[in-house]
Amino acid sequence: MTKQEWLEQIYQRGKERPVRFTTLSDMPVQPLYTPEDVNGYDAIGYPGQFPYTRGVYESMYRGRLWTMRQFAGFGLAEETNARFRFLLSQGQDGLSTAFDMPTLMGYDADHERAMGEVGREGVSVSSIHDMARLFDQIPIAKVSTSMTVNCSASVLLAAYLVVAERQGVPWEQVNGTIQNDMLKEYIAQKEWICPPGPALRVVTDMVEFCAKKARRFHPISISGYHIREAGSTAVQELAFTIADGLCYVQAAVERGLDVDDFAPQLSFFWDLHSDFLEEIAKLRAGRRMWARLMRDRFGAKNPKSLMLRTHAQTAGVSLTAQQPMNNVVRVALQALAGVLGGVQSLHTNSMDETLALPTENAVMVALRTQQIIAEETGVTNTIDPLGGSYAIEALTDQMEAEAMEYIRKIDEMGGMLKAIDRGYPQREIAEAAFNYQRQLEQGIKTVVGVNKYSIPEEIPIETLKINRELEERQVQRVRKMKRERNSVAVREALKRVAEACRSGENLMEPICEAVRREATVGEISDIYRAEFGVYTDPGWI
Amino acid sequence: MAKPGLDGHDRGAKIIARALRDGGFEVIYTGLHQTPEMIAEAAIQEDVDAIGLSILSGAHMTLFPEVMRLLKEKGVDDVALFGGGIIPDEDAARLKSMGVKEIFTPGASTEDIVKWVRENVQPRQ
Repeated sequence: MTKQEWLEQIYQRGKERPVRFTTLSDMPVQPLYTPEDVNGYDAIGYPGQFPYTRGVYESMYRGRLWTMRQFAGFGLAEETNARFRFLLSQGQDGLSTAFDMPTLMGYDADHERAMGEVGREGVSVSSIHDMARLFDQIPIAKVSTSMTVNCSASVLLAAYLVVAERQGVPWEQVNGTIQNDMLKEYIAQKEWICPPGPALRVVTDMVEFCAKKARRFHPISISGYHIREAGSTAVQELAFTIADGLCYVQAAVERGLDVDDFAPQLSFFWDLHSDFLEEIAKLRAGRRMWARLMRDRFGAKNPKSLMLRTHAQTAGVSLTAQQPMNNVVRVALQALAGVLGGVQSLHTNSMDETLALPTENAVMVALRTQQIIAEETGVTNTIDPLGGSYAIEALTDQMEAEAMEYIRKIDEMGGMLKAIDRGYPQREIAEAAFNYQRQLEQGIKTVVGVNKYSIPEEIPIETLKINRELEERQVQRVRKMKRERNSVAVREALKRVAEACRSGENLMEPICEAVRREATVGEISDIYRAEFGVYTDPGWI
Repeated sequence: MAKPGLDGHDRGAKIIARALRDGGFEVIYTGLHQTPEMIAEAAIQEDVDAIGLSILSGAHMTLFPEVMRLLKEKGVDDVALFGGGIIPDEDAARLKSMGVKEIFTPGASTEDIVKWVRENVQPRQ
């Protein structure tokens, strides 16, 4: 019997519930997948082998579990340092730093635009002193640290390296990741200082610098997470992220770097949303696309240049303020999809994150969720256990094909920088977000506890409160530091950074020197503003 | 529709702007990273009947009162100010007692918001 015969003769006899059978991203899903839906098993290959559909490493989680890396940061550096040390004591093996909005946008705590936002959504870091407090008694040589920061990333990376120096750790041994994915800022997350062109130049400086001086450090985490959280579909997340990656590789190659000298240091960051099979297929399709594109477009030969290694985080946007305990279940299923999709590092969200930054208890449940998946469920015993499933392979093929179609369109526009100038990915995402919202309000899509199964009386849960006095303390501390430092040395160092902006010299060494001399995040960002100009939101609806 | 503060969470603001536009209103969206000063200025320039602030950064207790203060300072006291975002109930109550007309929190539907604007925002004289 063929699939068509089965559909016509057998399936038709049954009943279908009156719902729309599509993925969360509204991709149609068939009632059954069979060998007829799979383009031959040769394309799937083996783990650790091109095109890495089944995983980048030969032994995957039998060799090493993923890095459990909970994103944390709030208040002053001392508070976050305490949370870091708590997480390490609970069995977490990598750190991930959340900075506050002023730090992320390149403003010091004492700037007027920082008012009300110091230490609110993350930790406040204005100078080398804050960075040193953040990593006090944490051995940088042993712990890999991820820093989620973009337009001011060059300064924060410099500060981290200077703290490493002070701990006696050579740059070559510093292991970690900095997000530094500016393209997706214009597309989705919207943290920027200067326009896309100069921003790409700064990113390329960092790629070049890390390829030469800090080879264990990942200078970009090419991120789909924010694209998805802004409302894209899973295919758009896949396509725009890979297209961003291609743009960075192109820029570094144009700089004169050999692709195999820097590509092994690139890493990725995916969102893990609620549609289980769609997410697993997305992770598998992404690996295959990257491997093929890196080989065919850039002639990469080092297998490490072809491997898409990734961090992933469960979808913040899927969490609900209503019946927040339900979020524990959502996070567990999303994290399981990530593990079945073969991620290298994982953050699980806490149940209370739509309400506030997470409490220590909520974070512990989130970390335990990963530990239960790793050590109780048995899914780590077999590599890519869903590989060969007709449904998974068919969805993987379908998502790859649809994402490649987007990449073809972006190529036609002249690449991602041009596409961003035209507002193409921005508009596609806004459209998808609006469609999803409409489907939610029409009841076509369900969010349990929100548009279905809601309860009249919500039971409040405990949330973290950030002490508002912390802001004043940090503001005073930054002002005092600025009064007491050697202002001539700072001015000279800032002048050197400005000169490098103009001459095209790699910015990282001058920035490291400025940071050593106590120049601040805001002051170095001001140099960018003066030299490169300021980008303003076109405000596309 | 205005987006004060430094964060880039504009998904909600854009959806609401679009829903209001589809609902027949003329909508001006300021774009991201606006200061209270810029918002008050834009409201006066554009002669708006209402201002919707979208805040997901936790800075709502600073930003709402500041926009209100600036409007008052510029002699405008009849623009309806409403907003939405991650705003705890107790803060929403305090903001309303200060004169914010309505606060919408996660889960509010675009339909409810459009309906609220239709019923509660009067064209200014």
